[in-house]
Amino acid sequence: MYDVIVIGAGIIGGMIARKLAAYDLQVCVVEKEGDVAMGATKANSAIVHAGFDAAEGSLKAKLNVRGSEMMPQVTKELGVKYRRNGSLVIGFDEEDKKTIHELLARGRKNGVKDLRIVEGEELKKLEPALSDKVSCALHAPTGAIVCPYELAIAAIGNAMDNGVDLELDFEVSEIRDLSGCYGVISATGKKLETKYIVNAAGLYTDKIAKMIGDLSFAVHPRKGEYILLDKECGSLVSHTVFRTPTKMGKGILITPTVDQNLLLGPTSVDREDKEDTAATAEGFAEIIRQAKENVEGIPFGKTITSFCGLRAVGSTGDFIINSPKERFINVAGIESPGLSATPAIAEYVWELLAAQGLIFVEKSDYNPIRKPAHAFREASMEEKNEIIRKDRSFGKVVCRCESITEGEILEAIRTNPKARDLDGVKRRTRAQMGRCQGGFCGPQIVELLARELNMPYEAVTKSGKGSVINMGRTKEV
Amino acid sequence: MTDLVIIGGGPAGMSAAVAAYESGIRDIMILERDENLGGILQQCIHNGFGLHRFGEELTGPEYAWRYEQKVRELGIPVKLRTMVLDITEDKVITATNEEEGIFQIRAKAIVLAMGCRERAKGALNIAGTRPAGIFSAGTAQKYVNCKGYMPGKEVVILGSGDIGLIMARRMTLEGAKVKAVCELMPYSGGLARNIQQCLHDFDIPLKLSHTVVEIHGKERLSGVTIARVDENRNPIPGTYEYISCDTLLLSVGLIPENELSKCAGVDLDRITNGPVVDQDRCTQVEGIFACGNVLHVHDLVDFVSQEAQIAGEGAAAYIRSLEEKKGKTGESISLKTDGKIRYTVPQRITAHKDVTVYFRVGDVYKNVKINVCNEDGEILFSKRKAKAAPGEMESLVLKKELLERAKELKFELEEMDR
Repeated sequence: MYDVIVIGAGIIGGMIARKLAAYDLQVCVVEKEGDVAMGATKANSAIVHAGFDAAEGSLKAKLNVRGSEMMPQVTKELGVKYRRNGSLVIGFDEEDKKTIHELLARGRKNGVKDLRIVEGEELKKLEPALSDKVSCALHAPTGAIVCPYELAIAAIGNAMDNGVDLELDFEVSEIRDLSGCYGVISATGKKLETKYIVNAAGLYTDKIAKMIGDLSFAVHPRKGEYILLDKECGSLVSHTVFRTPTKMGKGILITPTVDQNLLLGPTSVDREDKEDTAATAEGFAEIIRQAKENVEGIPFGKTITSFCGLRAVGSTGDFIINSPKERFINVAGIESPGLSATPAIAEYVWELLAAQGLIFVEKSDYNPIRKPAHAFREASMEEKNEIIRKDRSFGKVVCRCESITEGEILEAIRTNPKARDLDGVKRRTRAQMGRCQGGFCGPQIVELLARELNMPYEAVTKSGKGSVINMGRTKEV
Repeated sequence: MTDLVIIGGGPAGMSAAVAAYESGIRDIMILERDENLGGILQQCIHNGFGLHRFGEELTGPEYAWRYEQKVRELGIPVKLRTMVLDITEDKVITATNEEEGIFQIRAKAIVLAMGCRERAKGALNIAGTRPAGIFSAGTAQKYVNCKGYMPGKEVVILGSGDIGLIMARRMTLEGAKVKAVCELMPYSGGLARNIQQCLHDFDIPLKLSHTVVEIHGKERLSGVTIARVDENRNPIPGTYEYISCDTLLLSVGLIPENELSKCAGVDLDRITNGPVVDQDRCTQVEGIFACGNVLHVHDLVDFVSQEAQIAGEGAAAYIRSLEEKKGKTGESISLKTDGKIRYTVPQRITAHKDVTVYFRVGDVYKNVKINVCNEDGEILFSKRKAKAAPGEMESLVLKKELLERAKELKFELEEMDR
């Protein structure tokens, strides 16, 4: 019997699990995919918003501002890269300027610090690559960037290191109300029992809520395509550059990532199909068109990958965090600024659970610190040689584009939450994330996975079930 | 301090090392990231290598072995499984391996011979999903030839570069069905002999002016949509065709791997993506040379070896000049092109001697004249060619006497039928 089952191992489920891991509770995170961070978490804008977007008084506004304040501490504890690069909302004309002044006023009401409007020469100096057509901008120095899947992996890893269980390939198909507790049943017939449930199932939170009779909200997918450029382009802009929101939407942003790449996107198209992550030619064309208006000299020839994510858009317009039934909490509709709000969402859910009668006793041996996955990469040459002397596999570079060693890859396969496939290794180490996109190191990483997980070479997958890389031995086809 | 450090032990690195040794340099070190010398040749188990160099047809590993034997005979030191992490302008090399950890070597001269990589799928922005089953042709070649595994059974190949053509045949021989090779351009970028021997001989359709417009499949690739493209390379509505397949191989270009060259402050050519060099393959950073596919992508390894020999000899001469305390002399002649000719290697000439210049054209041409003009537009040299294509590298020799009559040389292509 668990005290709490968290449904969904994305950034929301992960941060909630980590919050609960500090207390003397039996907690399990269940996830329908073969790895953590597989939904909206792995494909979004990677922005910690300052907090001027959301309407005053909304849960979005409150949790965004609070989450953004908590983020430096949380990322430090979890050893996750975080950079407060500041953001700019750029305007082209008088109408944009009017909107920017509204954003300024709203931001101040929401409690965002140090907001101001920048124009002319000062703006050009602040962000030289901006198009000459840009006339003014709202500068938010507290805007920041973080890698969302890195954060989710670290949060869940840290939760697991503090005793939280993780069940992968566990798609919840039924929730039974067994007087005083719940039975959570997977599509493959696995049964778990728990006193409390936190529904953090992203796009499928409405489906999960329906299982306990809550039909009060719906979640639909909003498609967002992105283009990612080589890390030599990450210094083209230093700020996260947003367009002024219009009736047509927020438009596409241009931002450096914490790993020095340049990220362009997202498009915004409402869809029905919650599994439709197919990118479109029109989407890419739209990103390129808008990006060119915002910033001069984007080297599109340096594109290394493009992808598509689905945001979980709730039917109420605000985050849906409530308790429709005793000992059951919904955490739904966590679209932008969801990532920014995550630490505050975890705190908020913790309060709701307490209000529902869950008793929190602090663990004496709780350790909030996780060893950074990029520790080796950032060590000095002397420190690296010290590590290599103890474990020579850190001397062998496997991924040449990102200079990732065999030691770091083995660590990702051995550390909670353990990588089980090529994409899992990629998200944990950045191996295959560079300009050759795994062309050279892929076969070597397959070998390491097969060896470490004790499975046949051809059983290694790209991204879990069905995504096999090789279809058999030669001479067998 | 080591006299000469060679970055990369593939065909270029080995040939440069041997040439430098034979020019009298003894203190040489080859750094190679792989388990063996030979570089990409180790996975090229087909034949066709060595016709120019050795006058016989060899497989890739056999060709590599010829040079490896030579390197071993001469006793040139090699560090295998060693990755170079950084090179500075004053020629300090930082490298790592399992035995020594991270270490530094100071060199009098360096030959860059890191080769090239394949352009990846991501660079193409193809619409659709991102399932398993999409490989660059070279990665598939590695799985099949070195690991003994089949990446797929029903294959579409995008791009008709040589590796793609070779893999079309290889996958077919291993029992896979190659349904089509799509080429965006109206001509193939591969060698004519590969089109014949790898596609036509196996009845594999080559669809020129075609591209892949969408990728289908959730976990593993289930099919691709292809389309014909117009003269601006845009897909033509109404020509879309779905082909079911479990594998998409990409052979859409090779990019010289110059990350280390950039660390060392070496100037790169916008067209070749490789360093700008003189007739000795010396970059603008004194004592740093480049050769092979890191300099510009070659069609034949024979020419890589030949070029690396020039670089090895050049590096040897440079090292000797340090001892003799001779400074660099002479003015440099820069080589320009007209666009129809895309690039030349070398890009500048600093010595008064006969120089072979290699170049590539940007389109398929018949009956042309290659004119070499000086800065006044005076044609100093002309050579007729019955045909020229981007897939085949061309060369011509500029005589010493000719070089005396120019400060700048422009390579122009004249179409004789017009």
